[in-house]
Amino acid sequence: MRIQAERLSYSYQAGSSFSAYALKDVTLTIEEGEFFGIIGHTGSGKSTFVQHLNALIKLPTADKKFKPKKPKKGQPAPVYPSLVIGKYDLGDKKTNFKELRSKVGIVFQYPEYQLFAESVYDDVAFGLKNFRSELSEEEKTVLVRDAISAVGLDYESVKDASPFDLSGGQKRRVAIAGVIVTRPEILILDEPAAGLDPLGKKEIMELLHSLHRDWCKTVIIVSHDMDEISENCTRAAVFSHGELKFVLPPSELFLHDEELKALDLDIPVTAKVRLALKAKGIDVQTDFTEEDFAEKVLAYYKGVRA
Amino acid sequence: MKDIAFGQYYPVSSFVHKLDPRFKIVALITYIVAIFLANNYYGMAVCALGFFLIVLCSRVPFKKVFRSVKGIFVLLIFTAVLQIFFYQESENAKVWQWWIFTVSDESLLHAGFLVLRLALLVMVASILTFTTTPVALTDGLESLLYPLKLIRFPVHELALIMSIALRFIPTLMEETERIMNAQKARGADFESGSLLSRAKAVIPILIPLLISSFRRAEELGDAMDARCYAGSKVRTKYKKLKFSWRDLVGLLVIAAIVVGVVFLKRFGAV
Repeated sequence: MRIQAERLSYSYQAGSSFSAYALKDVTLTIEEGEFFGIIGHTGSGKSTFVQHLNALIKLPTADKKFKPKKPKKGQPAPVYPSLVIGKYDLGDKKTNFKELRSKVGIVFQYPEYQLFAESVYDDVAFGLKNFRSELSEEEKTVLVRDAISAVGLDYESVKDASPFDLSGGQKRRVAIAGVIVTRPEILILDEPAAGLDPLGKKEIMELLHSLHRDWCKTVIIVSHDMDEISENCTRAAVFSHGELKFVLPPSELFLHDEELKALDLDIPVTAKVRLALKAKGIDVQTDFTEEDFAEKVLAYYKGVRA
Repeated sequence: MKDIAFGQYYPVSSFVHKLDPRFKIVALITYIVAIFLANNYYGMAVCALGFFLIVLCSRVPFKKVFRSVKGIFVLLIFTAVLQIFFYQESENAKVWQWWIFTVSDESLLHAGFLVLRLALLVMVASILTFTTTPVALTDGLESLLYPLKLIRFPVHELALIMSIALRFIPTLMEETERIMNAQKARGADFESGSLLSRAKAVIPILIPLLISSFRRAEELGDAMDARCYAGSKVRTKYKKLKFSWRDLVGLLVIAAIVVGVVFLKRFGAV
């Protein structure tokens, strides 16, 4: 499913003196099959954008009470924000939002804090119970087993355990399983590696790649960690103060180091080393993944020696 | 959930905001006593006049203050209906009668009086929370309850519990919203269905909320220990409460209301 957002705007507490834009005129297309990154500070509008994709925040035109305003004479008709995901038009109140939510899964920050059931099995099955109540118990069991295995846990040993007895990393995996169990085509993760140690981070990113390979067509991650973005994403969008600043592949995005710095954003380690080398008169062209960078530096080194 | 008007601080600087919280608490109690002392419309008019004066001096928009009545709206209607139909003192002066329902001039007057009394009560109480930060409120309360220390009542601990509870209301609201979003994304439905299914739908919110509250409590306890918090014995105050000329002016206003109400009682009850 392709995501097409046009002129997406949103302001909190609209109309009051505290009103502020959380999103301003965001136009963005995310193709099916991408591993997309979203970068931005707290309050940059990235969470608001992500909540739109799952209709947790509905477009004004999707509100039950919405009536289109008649354009005044001599003025163009008002333009409303639009958001289309696959066959679902999120600006239409007749859209089946429940079905959409089963197709677009969101894993929120620290998803382990949403666990509640007595057993891992029950918790993972929660989404199925809500979205696919027509399934028989056997069919559900198969889906739950697949989801738990897909996140790298051993189904037999954890299914009856209390989710609260698991380790932090395992809890997070259970929470992810609880989202992917409905087989969403788009999986969105808000800071999936937050609060994990370096090994845990690496494991989670590997898990996301394996999910992207054979589970969800599109994966979108929201992240502060530029290394995570440069290593994994096909493209990345940069949000700042509700506005979309860049949408570029990492290989081009991190060439804009001055602009990113102006937005108080970091750049990956590879980009920093590249800049340091450049200051010494050594210009290395790279796509900013660690592997490519090492290769290019090695190639340069060999070239000098030859 | 966001439009709960009652109990929200309205951040402006005004005469009422700057009053000593202790005075505000005492003044509120006095005002409430005055409302109950007033037994006719003249007295109520004095109370209402005082109320309008206080709101004007607080710079809180009237709309916001009136909205605090919304919470007890059903109660108001219920009271009014009961009073209108079932209040009977004298047999003459009937306006309308059907079966056991009687409407008279007296019952209408009485109903209006009671509704006014209740509405004023809630609105004045909301002024206190609109103009006083929770911290100032607990500070004031602690100071007012100080005499209870003589009978070994843990005043400071009580104030601490109160301020912690107040401090965590917005945090817990935020947390609730976060968990609700997460469960909604997994297909939870809190709006439709029977009463039982809606009650059941609360479990996936309540359990994570409870767990995180315990976690927060533990963390807070550790943080207080780490800063060698030892309760009231050795603790000094950062902001000392002081009476000022403003409190004196406020005192005169409240006194005028009480005197006015008591004086006007002579015109008889409604």
